[in-house]
Amino acid sequence: MSASVSGRASGLLSRARPPLRAVRRELRSGEAAVGWIGLTAIVLLVIVGPAFAPAAPSDIVALPYATPGAGHLLGTDFIGRDVLSRVLNGGRSVVLLALAATVLAYLLGGTIGLVAGFVRGRTDGVLMRAVDVFLAFPHMLFILLLATGVGASWWVVVVGIGIIQSPQISRVFRAATLQLTGRGFVEAAVARGEATARILRREILPNIVTTFVADAGPRFTFSILTVAALNFLGVGLRPPAPDWAVMISENRPGLQVNVWGVIAPALLIAILAVSINLVGDAYARRRGISTDVDPAQP
Amino acid sequence: MTELVLRADGLRIETERGAPIVESASFGLDRGEVLGIVGESGSGKTTTALALLGFAADGVRIAGGTVTVAGRELTGRPEAEIRPLRGSVISYVPQDPSVALNPSMRVGTLIGEILRTHAPDRNDAETVRAALRNLQLPADDAFLRRFPHQLSGGQQQRLAIAMALAAAPAVAVLDEPTTGLDVVTQARVLEEVKRLREASGISVVYVSHDLAVVAGIADRIAVMYAGSIVEIGSTSEILHRPRHPYTHGLISSIPDHAVPRRLRGIPGVAVGVGERPTGCRFAPRCPRRVEACETAIPALLQVAPGHDVRCIRAGDAPPVALEAAVRMREAAPPILSVRDLRAGYRSRAGEVVAADGVSFDVRRGECVALVGESGSGKTTIARVLVGLHKPDGGRIELDGRPLAATARARSREERRRLQVVFQNPYDSLNPRQTVETAIAGPLRFFGISHGRPARVEVAELLAKVRLPERLMHRYPAELSGGERQRVAIARALAAGPSLLVCDEITSALDVSVQAAVLEVLSDLRKELGLALIFISHDLGVVASISDRLLVLDRGRLCESGPVDDVLRSPEDPYTRRLLDSAPTLPVLAAHVDS
Repeated sequence: MSASVSGRASGLLSRARPPLRAVRRELRSGEAAVGWIGLTAIVLLVIVGPAFAPAAPSDIVALPYATPGAGHLLGTDFIGRDVLSRVLNGGRSVVLLALAATVLAYLLGGTIGLVAGFVRGRTDGVLMRAVDVFLAFPHMLFILLLATGVGASWWVVVVGIGIIQSPQISRVFRAATLQLTGRGFVEAAVARGEATARILRREILPNIVTTFVADAGPRFTFSILTVAALNFLGVGLRPPAPDWAVMISENRPGLQVNVWGVIAPALLIAILAVSINLVGDAYARRRGISTDVDPAQP
Repeated sequence: MTELVLRADGLRIETERGAPIVESASFGLDRGEVLGIVGESGSGKTTTALALLGFAADGVRIAGGTVTVAGRELTGRPEAEIRPLRGSVISYVPQDPSVALNPSMRVGTLIGEILRTHAPDRNDAETVRAALRNLQLPADDAFLRRFPHQLSGGQQQRLAIAMALAAAPAVAVLDEPTTGLDVVTQARVLEEVKRLREASGISVVYVSHDLAVVAGIADRIAVMYAGSIVEIGSTSEILHRPRHPYTHGLISSIPDHAVPRRLRGIPGVAVGVGERPTGCRFAPRCPRRVEACETAIPALLQVAPGHDVRCIRAGDAPPVALEAAVRMREAAPPILSVRDLRAGYRSRAGEVVAADGVSFDVRRGECVALVGESGSGKTTIARVLVGLHKPDGGRIELDGRPLAATARARSREERRRLQVVFQNPYDSLNPRQTVETAIAGPLRFFGISHGRPARVEVAELLAKVRLPERLMHRYPAELSGGERQRVAIARALAAGPSLLVCDEITSALDVSVQAAVLEVLSDLRKELGLALIFISHDLGVVASISDRLLVLDRGRLCESGPVDDVLRSPEDPYTRRLLDSAPTLPVLAAHVDS
């Protein structure tokens, strides 16, 4: 007995301080470590970058398309603004817009999926057919239509990306919810007569978190790339906003003169996207093989 | 003169890290003999069974000892030399035939494959048919062309046995061959095994967690606990004069419909691999423990001819004393009345009738058992009672007032008084909630406080199901199956119900743990006047706990009455068939004092 008790107790202790253990476990995988480093670097750059910018992002400091040199380390853009300063300032919009769009997508798709999977029956049928219709609609076309209808602005990007991502999210959430709905602890709560919202929040959601986190990486990446694409197309942010995607679009004509005006923002978007994917993948893989979390079977 | 066909000597099986799973297992098997290996989960019985074929699962290795079958060594040789012996000299029938049979091969091919590998000279259609007929399976062309999924569970299991016997090995190892089957099918498979042993003189190692099943078929029994054989002897010696406290506990916890009695569980839970104590493995749970037990592992010593025991106190082991089951006698007023209940559901096979004109009453403090085979409609009735499934007709009354069909349409008070515990301990608790959160949930939801903080209330509920307070902060993954079911009971009790619906709540548990859970339920009935609807397929369990018995056959109540009357003189043929098939240990009647 003593052995079994101490075994149990150590399990309890490790549970008491999960952050450290989680971080260590996280970094054990090389890919995850690379991902975390890339992600931390970009987030730091986005947050504190503006403070280190040598010039204001909209100040004209030299001739257009000046090559890198003293005073402007990455050269200047198509109207002579400092590329480095604009890069340091231009991450916030991409990250924030993508974040907002992803959150919106999860709120929308998550709710639809939870309700469809839990209520089942006719509600499920109606919701899922609607979702299927949306899935069949070309993504970009939908946002471009939206922008044509209400005019280009940053919130069109957020709402548009939120809506086009939600059908897939709702399917993932629905599948996960369906699996849980027949479980004993959920049925016990239904038999107690607890409200649907309370059951979804207390019994279902906490058990879907794993699926959600594993799924969030690629979705956020998709948001970033789509935000970038839309800004590039001029649907979202407009010049002179210092935005990585807008920069790529603006400086394209001078690619052969000062390559950094395009390469620097493009590289940062790529690093951000790849890092998030690495982190998310590593997480999903670990959850997939780990036995301490999955309660399904003995 | 008997002839030894299998000899296992000092078998030691370890994990790759060196933690022992099975230690010094030694036994022999005569020609034509059936040896039963009995143990609960984690006892190492399946590992031992596989080692008899010189096989160890991934991450496990045979670290010492020898296995000899029909004069041939199956240990300490290269894999390539052992492989031809598996199937021809010794064969294995795994627990779950639906997984073990290749789903893409037809019945004829499955058996032909065995012959092609082990007896190429006899690989002809006639031998294949003979192998099937041997197990009372049809041997016509249509059957030979079927796929495993087109067979019933019992047929699949018999096919697996036919495959194991096709190449006429000297020994067959059957690992829980009837565990997934209903009692009637189980009885048939057991009959087949007995008959084959008589007919062909094959020796059988029969591994099971169910002492009653093993006792019905085995000549000798080896009882395993935590990786060691703690007692081995002839079946009648083991049942009549068990010397090891664990065997004792096992016998006291086996439910039996022919000898209904109060069950006594073994306290504590079985130790896992790697956390075994230094001395006797059973010492922490042993009621007869003395200091010397904790210092060294006792040796397996002979106490009578052919009866060896691994216990230092085997010499003064007390005789088995069992108590007769207690029945409620007084006639309390009914709290729940069910009248003409009709319910069904749609499945892939079409409309299934789960209840057809079912009527019964449950009185205060009474335990009413609902018994039937799988698919008889038991679970659907339970779900209807607690408002999870809409009935097609009939009336349910709680204290004389009609209940609405769905939980949501019932009043809070009605829902509070009717609670449910489900079958599977692995999904009855939310894996993301601690024990405290799980039990406090209903307390808060129903606004029950008795003027005390929730924590005090939770601790008290845990005490009611005989769980220590320290489990409060554990997550379900850190609990054993029995502990989880008790937490689920505590969660149901938190609402302060007057009727608890228990849907097969012990069917996934080991017998000693099951006995402990049933003890808790009996005590709760006495303490709280709690009424129970106890749904089970196990007549033994029902005999030990319930007062009244309802037998359900395809949605129809075919028999009902006081449990002792129904068990003693069943009137419906279906009830009689269930009773005849259920394993029993009538020899134990001698040990019961009422």
